[in-house]
Amino acid sequence: MTTAPAKAGWRFRQPSVIPGFGLTLGFSLAYLTLIILIPLSGLIWRSAALGWTDFWAIVTDRRTINALEISFGTAFIAAAVNVVFGTIVAWVLVRYSFPGRRIVDAMVDLPFALPTAVAGIALTTLYAPNGWIGSLLTPLGIKVAYTPLGIVIALIFIGLPFVVRTVQPIMEEIDKEVEEVAATLGANRFQIISRVLLPGLAPAIVTGFALAFARGVGEYGSVIFIAGNLPYKSEIAPLLIVIRLEEYNYAAATAIAAIMLALSFVMLLVINLVQTWSRKRYG
Amino acid sequence: MADPEIKSYAPHHESQSPAVTESRTARTVLMAVTFAFLAIFLLLPLIIVFKEAFAKGIEAYTQALGEPDTRSAIRLTLLVAAISVPLNIVFGISAAWAIAKFEFKGKAFLTTLIDLPFSVSPVISGLVYVLLFGAQGLLGAWLKAHGIVILFAVPGIVLATIFVTFPFVARELIPLMQEQGNGDEEAALSLGANGWQAFWYVTLPNVKWGLLYGVLLCNARAMGEFGAVSVVSGHIRGLTNTMPLHVEILYNEYNAAAAFAVASLLAGLALVTLVLKTLLEMRYGAEIAATRGH
Repeated sequence: MTTAPAKAGWRFRQPSVIPGFGLTLGFSLAYLTLIILIPLSGLIWRSAALGWTDFWAIVTDRRTINALEISFGTAFIAAAVNVVFGTIVAWVLVRYSFPGRRIVDAMVDLPFALPTAVAGIALTTLYAPNGWIGSLLTPLGIKVAYTPLGIVIALIFIGLPFVVRTVQPIMEEIDKEVEEVAATLGANRFQIISRVLLPGLAPAIVTGFALAFARGVGEYGSVIFIAGNLPYKSEIAPLLIVIRLEEYNYAAATAIAAIMLALSFVMLLVINLVQTWSRKRYG
Repeated sequence: MADPEIKSYAPHHESQSPAVTESRTARTVLMAVTFAFLAIFLLLPLIIVFKEAFAKGIEAYTQALGEPDTRSAIRLTLLVAAISVPLNIVFGISAAWAIAKFEFKGKAFLTTLIDLPFSVSPVISGLVYVLLFGAQGLLGAWLKAHGIVILFAVPGIVLATIFVTFPFVARELIPLMQEQGNGDEEAALSLGANGWQAFWYVTLPNVKWGLLYGVLLCNARAMGEFGAVSVVSGHIRGLTNTMPLHVEILYNEYNAAAAFAVASLLAGLALVTLVLKTLLEMRYGAEIAATRGH
């Protein structure tokens, strides 16, 4: 097997002495295709088969639009809250030493590990009018459980680790000399944070926001218990898909799922662009 | 510590120049905000689960867990994890081998595709199988004619669980194996090992802690998944109810104590996962690769 290396040109893979390429790639592709790609293309195929008018009628239905607005709106607010508090949490974990730091750090991953249904019933119990937190808020006239505010609370819980875990490693890499140089040049602490540190963290913060937002838009388990699920008011898009499925209205379920996927895709694309921009600007 | 005078000259742990750290007040405020936020959003939900679970005493707790429907939910959850996690381990190792050990066209695209399930709503992950295997689905009529039941039965639940936990092992192993390179395997091969031996005696020991880390996260999600499983399960009590679904049913029946009893088992699983994960990070941080987090 002597091949002229000069003639190589296009080659599917670089030569290697390691065996098993065909077997592992073949198996991986087959598994990926069967479990993920075929079912997902089934969704796209079904929504394409609906035809434009039917699809448009479902998507512009008042209830669908409200559900999409609630899902994207609450996910946006929750991700924004997490950007603020998640960045503070990451800062405290990276920069300050205090007893139990290791435990607090480990706790941040709780939302990844705790099943969403458990989080849902726990948060609902806390924020119900007679719950530990709800009973404190009710006299102030704030209703959380069974309102869109409850959805935001659930999504803050779900999204927190995405922001912290994206920002934290970048903070750990910050060279303290940069801060010292800025200080020598006469910058005060506030200026150093806002002009030197935050711009460097911006791409990571945007990524964290995007991950928390994307997760929040699709979240179901933790939300449905606390949301109250009133159509037009506190009904999230994933729940509307489930409701349409239970009515055997496959067409509507498919169309809502397709528009959700498309919107999330567009959002991620936009955020990707913002990220590239901020990396160029500050990176 | 004996001589106070020396102490005042020794560089104190936190006494950096004021411009490189925040003032004492700012530090206190930031730490207070952090602790308050984490206590309200993470600690309280965890505490309330156990508080509600034992609200009616230990006896009611054990009785709730001893219920036949609860027992079958626990068995089903273990069964589903026992099938879906090993399948995703085999896939994860195989995908990591192909992606990390070789250079080929379309590698970046393949890596992106593997992460795809993380950006799909769990409900949609379940929906795609309903569209495929449901009565009105693409394969529905064919399956019915051949007497094959997938939806509203264990196979559907397993498929949906595999879908949502698909990337965990692969995304842990790919960066780790890429970082380790091919040197060890090439040495083993040149010393006469065959490919399988090189994998079993060289690669696997190199990545074992990273693999365990991925399996841990994969298992936690497999046992706790709600949305995707909810869509394909059909909620048949005692038959197709996993633990998270059983929590929902009990809760909606206003049987909060029983719902939280089952939930406390899942919360216990989450705590065990967190402890093991932290131990792995502390002891084998370097061997779990640079990628931390989920």
